[in-house]
Amino acid sequence: MFKAFLIKYAEIGIKGKNRYLFEEALVNQIRYALRNVEGTFKVTREQGRIYVFTEGEFDYDETVEALKTVFGISGICPVVVLEDEGFEKLAGEVVSYVQHMYPDSHATFKVHARRARKTYPMDSMELNCELGGRILDVCPDMKVDVHKPEILLTVEIRKAIYVYSETIPGPGGMPVGTNGSAMLLLSGGIDSPVAGYMIAKRGVKIDAVYFHAPPYTSERAKQKVVDLAKLVARYSGPIRLHVVNFTEIQLYIYDQCPHDELTIIMRRYMMKIAESFAHQDGALGLITGESIGQVASQTIQSLACTNEVCTMPVFRPLIGFDKQEIVDIALKINTYETSILPFEDCCTIFVAKHPVTKPNLNIIKRSEKHLEEKIDEMMETAVSTAETIEVE
Amino acid sequence: MEAYLDNSATTRCYEEVKDVVVKTMMEDYGNPSAMHQKGVDAENYMKDAARKIAKTLKVSDQEIYFTSGGTESDNWALVGTALANQRRGKHLITTAIEHPAVSAPMAYLEELGFTVTRLGVDKEGRISLEELEDAITEETTLVSIMYVNNEIGAVQDIQAIGARIKQKNPDTYFHVDAIQAYGKYRIYPKKMKIDLLSVSGHKIHGPKGIGFLYIDEKVKIRPLILGGGQQTGMRSGTDNVPGASGLAVAAEKIYENLESQMAHMQELKQKLCQGLSQMERVVIHGMPLEEGAPQIVNASFTGVRSEVLLHTLEERGIYVSAGSACSSHKRSGSPTLNAIGCSMEEKESALRFSFSELTTMEEIDYVLEVIAEVLPMLRRYTRH
Repeated sequence: MFKAFLIKYAEIGIKGKNRYLFEEALVNQIRYALRNVEGTFKVTREQGRIYVFTEGEFDYDETVEALKTVFGISGICPVVVLEDEGFEKLAGEVVSYVQHMYPDSHATFKVHARRARKTYPMDSMELNCELGGRILDVCPDMKVDVHKPEILLTVEIRKAIYVYSETIPGPGGMPVGTNGSAMLLLSGGIDSPVAGYMIAKRGVKIDAVYFHAPPYTSERAKQKVVDLAKLVARYSGPIRLHVVNFTEIQLYIYDQCPHDELTIIMRRYMMKIAESFAHQDGALGLITGESIGQVASQTIQSLACTNEVCTMPVFRPLIGFDKQEIVDIALKINTYETSILPFEDCCTIFVAKHPVTKPNLNIIKRSEKHLEEKIDEMMETAVSTAETIEVE
Repeated sequence: MEAYLDNSATTRCYEEVKDVVVKTMMEDYGNPSAMHQKGVDAENYMKDAARKIAKTLKVSDQEIYFTSGGTESDNWALVGTALANQRRGKHLITTAIEHPAVSAPMAYLEELGFTVTRLGVDKEGRISLEELEDAITEETTLVSIMYVNNEIGAVQDIQAIGARIKQKNPDTYFHVDAIQAYGKYRIYPKKMKIDLLSVSGHKIHGPKGIGFLYIDEKVKIRPLILGGGQQTGMRSGTDNVPGASGLAVAAEKIYENLESQMAHMQELKQKLCQGLSQMERVVIHGMPLEEGAPQIVNASFTGVRSEVLLHTLEERGIYVSAGSACSSHKRSGSPTLNAIGCSMEEKESALRFSFSELTTMEEIDYVLEVIAEVLPMLRRYTRH
């Protein structure tokens, strides 16, 4: 029955003169999201609205699911497209649409006609009255309410005539690509994929870095991270994933520094390495899944200590979230089941029984002095030997 | 160099197996249930396969039922007999070191109201005949004991166990999970008083997805898979002709030179154990060299987590398996290593090496060389 979708967007509408950039990005993201969906789609931008037209057969559910992953969309309205074959024909179609969509309904409704094609013989008011009357004739239990209708039936007169009344909520946010890019520190856990999702939602393109520690972490742990990146990429679009071999650096820190400081020092170097990939890829910030107080390395003292090495802004979208709130989003975006697969990541393999929870920056810096001899070279090697995987 | 020492997980197919699998897929691909000639040809493959297998066990062809593998055979043997004989009694006996293919259906039967006795084992993984005898009652309908333990290679005295069971209660059925034993030992169910025997194809250089259950003709058992009535209605589903033919070829071949292959694997084992025992803080689990299965060595490399050593060996082309799938999230560890009283440290550092007739002495030398080289490095870095 539905042959098109009207795409509603919220925040783009307020972007003034840049608006066309946002709309273009949104159109591109929609095309990208639909690239693997069964069917032929035409995405158009006309008179301040975005439509997805379908040609021939298409999979309705798959299409809606794909559109629900496009940031910037606030609502998706399935549209019935009618040829203009005179008012009588139109009225008949509108009535049968209502009967089909709302059988035996007692709801209140309002017809909202928009006459974009001004040569149509009836004006909007006439159309509203006439169509409303026809509906009341066949659906005696429905009532008109022009202020707060439960069903808002829109009839747009263009070259063809569009009829719609339902809005499927979209993910909101802004189209990816309209707000630069940032580098996500992706582990195999629950939090970092969610953090990536949330920043991407604000229109930021995401690339990612993963720290791999063979033989202490397995090939499967790496595969899990690639799988997580794939799940995030459903929303964010393609992700360039840098897989860094971190073993040498980790062992070097282990040898040279106090054991209870290992995690903090390690995280400081992870940030530095992530920054150098950010520079390479033209990203302007880092993203982590940290949340205050969640573990020893995420106390406010530890965060301050880790943050100290960064020269770029670090985005921590989950900073004020409880674990359960994070899990809820992970479940919604379908990363949770993958995140909880039991493979060790490099943060846990050498973790001390009692890591410092209130690190003192001066003491940490003093410990890092013991690394001076080799660490720069090791970091360079880690960056230059990283494997880059393009994830879609 | 590559050394595949994970033959208890699965083995490489024999060339002859591949040939018959391809032939029954591409040329003689009929459905044995079909009435036309192609069906008859395919049926002959099934009959031939049953005959070949029956011969290795000295049982009748009609007592061999093909299944999807070891797990299905175990499930069927336990659930099928327990349910069919529940009016006689609802007591079952098994051991603490069974494969999950046995322990999980046992737990399921417990949920259905059966009582299950789990016999403990000594430090070497051996059950006590006295304890077994004491556990058997009038109500006991089934005893299920694995022949060769898949993790540590402990071998039970199946003939003595069979005799002891029948002596105490002649009506109690005896099921043997022989998945790691078939193709390694000569197993004669009639002589050993085995009523049901589970075997898997891919552990003996046959295809995956095929196995069989030997069921003594006198056993009362219910089918679990219902449908078109294949295999005399006991196990429905279109006959897996490539699988069964492949399995039969593998079975025939592996029993051809059994004694010399056993001797070969025994030598490999001796060599490996000798080398390992010279290393510091390495503990070899299970029975003394001559008593345990010749194809399995399980050892703990204390101070190094299994997973880490496994991946280190993997980088050098050596494939083994972790004695217990232990991760930071799940610290329960293997029931077998628990049952033989391993410490947490030993459990977390256990690796299993398993051979086949294709394993060479050079591979063992290489493995010993690599382990000796990487152990000190890995032991430097631990959690503490």
